[in-house]
Amino acid sequence: MSEGESVDLVLVLAIQVLFAMASLALISVGLAVIFGMMRVINLAHGEFLMLGGYSAIVANQHGVNLWIAMLVVAPLVVGAIGVVVERTLIRFLYGRMIDTMLATWGLSLFLIGLVTGIFGNTTVGISAPLGGMAIGNYRTSIYGLVVIAITAALLVAIYLVLRYTRLGLFARGTMQNPNMAAALGLSPPKVYAVTFGIGAALSGLAGALIAPISGVFPTIGIAYIAKAFITVIGGGAAILSGTISAAALFGAIQEVATYFTTPVFGVVITLAAAIVLIRLLPQGITGRFLKRWL
Amino acid sequence: MNARSRNGALNGGALNGGTWNGRAWNIAGLVTVGVVGLAAMIGLPLVLELSSLLDVTVYLILAILALSLALVWGYGGTLCFGQSAFFGLGAYAYAIAMFNIGESTIPFLLAIVLPAAFAALLGYFMFYGRISDVYLGVITLTVTLILFNAVNSTAGPEYQIGEARLGGFNGIPSIPPLNWPGMPDSALDLNDLFYVSIVLLMAVYFGLRWLLVSRFGRVIVAIRENEQRAGFLGYDARLYKLATFTLGGALAGLAGCLFANWGAFVSPTIFGLGQSAQIIIWVIVGGRGTLIGPVVGCIAIQWLTAFLGSAQLTKASLAQVVGPTVADALSSVMGFADLSNTSLILGAVLLAFVLLVPRGVMPSLLDLARFLVRRRPADALADKAERAT
Repeated sequence: MSEGESVDLVLVLAIQVLFAMASLALISVGLAVIFGMMRVINLAHGEFLMLGGYSAIVANQHGVNLWIAMLVVAPLVVGAIGVVVERTLIRFLYGRMIDTMLATWGLSLFLIGLVTGIFGNTTVGISAPLGGMAIGNYRTSIYGLVVIAITAALLVAIYLVLRYTRLGLFARGTMQNPNMAAALGLSPPKVYAVTFGIGAALSGLAGALIAPISGVFPTIGIAYIAKAFITVIGGGAAILSGTISAAALFGAIQEVATYFTTPVFGVVITLAAAIVLIRLLPQGITGRFLKRWL
Repeated sequence: MNARSRNGALNGGALNGGTWNGRAWNIAGLVTVGVVGLAAMIGLPLVLELSSLLDVTVYLILAILALSLALVWGYGGTLCFGQSAFFGLGAYAYAIAMFNIGESTIPFLLAIVLPAAFAALLGYFMFYGRISDVYLGVITLTVTLILFNAVNSTAGPEYQIGEARLGGFNGIPSIPPLNWPGMPDSALDLNDLFYVSIVLLMAVYFGLRWLLVSRFGRVIVAIRENEQRAGFLGYDARLYKLATFTLGGALAGLAGCLFANWGAFVSPTIFGLGQSAQIIIWVIVGGRGTLIGPVVGCIAIQWLTAFLGSAQLTKASLAQVVGPTVADALSSVMGFADLSNTSLILGAVLLAFVLLVPRGVMPSLLDLARFLVRRRPADALADKAERAT
């Protein structure tokens, strides 16, 4: 292998690792917003991703431009579903974490059943746009790079919203102390409903963005739910730094393990590593480090 | 749910008003279960054909699985999202050992000991790591998914343990049946499996009843109610939780062994999330904090899904039952989903119970029965007399 080729290989592998990290962050950030702000464990998160994928594909089949379908339609549809779910289910269960978990699991099964009934138990796909590009003798998909870029932009946007806007201030205030926020004239239920809707919209966006890579089928959520959960819980309470640090750690572990074994055992090793991490740092990475970050 | 109403199902001590005190309730319950169990054991093989008896057998086996979670969650207060992991481990341990040994005594024991050991390891990891209950749910869920993914990908011929090929997502077919201990030639036939299953189910039920009125049982309920206070009284909550979790793993493994016998087949779906969800649904429908509830819940839900799966309920047949207008509305709401779609039904059942009947069916029914019994005039008089003194 010449020097140029090995540089190419390193570059391709680096892109793969970066993509693994970005996709972990992408599929987890909606869950992180909901868990970090509301302490609600949403087991229907995988189904929100699935619904995002279906929204984008159905919109695209009806003639909507693919990018608009993925970046606008999917988050709007799933965000609206999220608000409905919060108003009809979640709000009765605040403070009862176990019951929330169970109810959202019921919702997850229900949505899988519903979507199976409507679309059938088959995989629908859209081909990834933009084609591929050559790096030396290797080829990589441009769409993967776009997903990395969109994820980075999304994380920056969340930071800016949380840090510099009134909405972000309200959200952080309610997160820190709901009673005090209420005393200052905020309405925590309203903040929770909006937060849940935004979390769901982020999940919908993520589901739409990964749809061209994996295809969409009713039980696809199951493939993502464990990864999303270990990222959020491994990251801890801080939404952004937690998601980023855990996604970077687990994404790297997953790619390295996959490189040396098989993709399936890559996932298995990642999950096992996550369990060890939760055992060592029950509060997540940001429970120990980066405490004062968002 | 306050402590008193939860304990009411266990010892009924708070209801010492009339002649129906806690002890009488307990004895009545035990006698009822014993009589129903014996009647089923003797009567069912007489009235049912072999195929229906086989259906009943799997309900009984799954009821043992339901009891394992009833102990761990209903009494121990540990919500395990991965009870199916131990169930599947038991089934796989039995299958693999059976192909290698050929005589079923050791495989049967392995199917109990191995899941118990795994539960002990996992439990040590979680309870001694002081991981709170929500994280515990996520960890058990993740472990189940790890097992599912790992076993699912063992399709190649290189994944072989002794004589047994793991078979990946195809599973392990034609597992040899159990034989009577020490007699490799006398395998259990399907009738025998029914008797073994019902006897084991009753043994597990009465064994757990006994365990729960023993000192150990009182302590684990105390820990469920208030871990810190139990700790102040000198009980090591972690140790008791670990013991309960391990016992739950052993019982789930036992159910897994019987399940592998029942179908002579085991596949990775046994580790799947759907299986885990079902176990939790049985317990929440039947009622946490009772033993008979999860058994009833398990049988009812299994029967319901089997019925909906087989009956082929179409819009036309639905219309005959509920009228065409309702059938139209239902089928348009459900997106023309056929009703054999168990995921939809189970999800709706779980949602409805968490939101509307979080205590489950049996505790609510028992309360109703107590209320009705206590309202008898004689008891009311006795109550009044007692209050007057």
